[in-house]
Amino acid sequence: MSLEKNQVDAIAQLAGLSVDATESEQLTEKLSNVLGIFQQMQAIDTDGIEPMAHPLDQVQRLREDRVTETNHREAYQSIAPAAENGLYLVPQVID
Amino acid sequence: MTWEVVIGLEIHAQLTTKTKIFSGSPIAYGAEPNTQANLLDLGMPGQLPVLNKAVIPKAIKFGLAIGAEIGRRSIFDRKNYFYPDLPKGYQTSQFSFPIVDKGGVVEIEVDGDTKKIGVTRAHLEEDAGKSLHDAFPGQTGIDLNRAGTPLLEIVSEPDMRSAKEAVAYAKKVHELVQYLGICDGNMQEGSFRVDSNVSIHKPGTPFGTRAELKNINSFKFIEQAIEIEIDRQIEILESGGKVVQETRLYDADKNETRSMREKEEANDYRYFPCPDLLPVVVTQADIDAIQAEMPELPDAKRARFVAEFELSDYDATLLASSRAMADYFEAVVALTKQPKISANWVMGELSKSLNQHDLTISESPVTAAQLAGLINRIQDNTISGKMAKQVFDAMWSGEGDADTVIAEKGLKQITDVGAIEAMIDQVLADNAKQVEAYRNGQEKMFGFFVGQVMKASKGQANPAQVNQLLKQKLQ
Repeated sequence: MSLEKNQVDAIAQLAGLSVDATESEQLTEKLSNVLGIFQQMQAIDTDGIEPMAHPLDQVQRLREDRVTETNHREAYQSIAPAAENGLYLVPQVID
Repeated sequence: MTWEVVIGLEIHAQLTTKTKIFSGSPIAYGAEPNTQANLLDLGMPGQLPVLNKAVIPKAIKFGLAIGAEIGRRSIFDRKNYFYPDLPKGYQTSQFSFPIVDKGGVVEIEVDGDTKKIGVTRAHLEEDAGKSLHDAFPGQTGIDLNRAGTPLLEIVSEPDMRSAKEAVAYAKKVHELVQYLGICDGNMQEGSFRVDSNVSIHKPGTPFGTRAELKNINSFKFIEQAIEIEIDRQIEILESGGKVVQETRLYDADKNETRSMREKEEANDYRYFPCPDLLPVVVTQADIDAIQAEMPELPDAKRARFVAEFELSDYDATLLASSRAMADYFEAVVALTKQPKISANWVMGELSKSLNQHDLTISESPVTAAQLAGLINRIQDNTISGKMAKQVFDAMWSGEGDADTVIAEKGLKQITDVGAIEAMIDQVLADNAKQVEAYRNGQEKMFGFFVGQVMKASKGQANPAQVNQLLKQKLQ
């Protein structure tokens, strides 16, 4: 199975990644190779095998519902590209 | 052939916890922006989620209440999409193995008919942050306080056939989550959000393309929005057009739905199991323990109120509409042993005052014990119904319990037969003409005598006794 360049562009768009034409070509080839591996795996008969959610055979550890985190807004916002009135600022999302 | 409407709802109920689903950050409503967002909530690399213990029994309670299968091994997945209020680039949710699995049913009643609405599933997930689009020109402000708030997303089958049914179902779920104590149900603050998937088709043909109505924060508007959307779709299809699958927003001011103008490419969430979280295992013993602490559910409570207290269906439904109201009513009845009059006071004077002051019953300045004290003084004839309203108002303003108010205002009813007779005799003697008229057949004069006696007693004579004694005297 091979990917088309426009599929790679669509994936980049979904992930919010900026990919130029050259990169897009290279990625198309690389990702197609990865998909080839998946295709080999698809050929394996998995009927009756329970899907594995995690390679560790363990169950989720739980946390008490207790506040353990304190406010460090200033420290976090000091490394943000833009912040004002306590809000992180990003380029306008909708028009 | 007419169009058939098909509606399915996705309800997001915010679970009542102190902290987020995967971090120890608080989730108090209305805090300063980004003061409740730690490194995990900000999506910083290297942070690992740890599941909040409190969310699991809450989700299971809901599952048990609707008779659904409980997922014994539920798994968290990543739902990938790109949006700035979701800094990780994915929402941690449950996809293939939700905690509340199939089999759930919610029974609704519309115009006297009952109907069962299927619940496909309910899964745990985290909320996203908030985007503020208007505050800064050309930029969007991001507040991540809400990011990571625990949600139970309740997905119905497309079983509803009208806006009314959809609202009846949403209200039933709203009542249920509050009864179970798993969600505060506050729609204004976004703790209970309803998204409606609406489509139309001709019966016997495949379902039509659906539009999703989002971000509607009242039941009234949900009903209006669905009605308007149905009309819009009928108009499109009947003029030969096609309904586009999209998210639409409801504008209550204009009473119209509007496309959210999403980008061209369809969302592809590329779900996969979250490698940072392990399966959540629920044992039969866990389920049994939760079952043991399930509260009485609204339908059972209504039925019991009718059977035990001989209330009408209407009264029982009203009183059982919230757990706080039902508990208050039962506390009053326990002290008065008078279900009917207690119901009348809770639904009447008390509810009226609560509405006027925009208070919930848990905020009532008159406690259940105080209201019961008042009702007991009516029952033992200490005060009349009219005086009782005065006493109630005084209790509402914090002037103490019924006995204190009665003593301070000198509101005691006159029930002494001799005293009432003396007043009647005086009134009859002073109004000989009217007595004669009455005896000559002018029966409406009776009301005049009652009024005069009540006036003479300064409103304190027991009206029932006045009536009875007057009748005897005038025979």
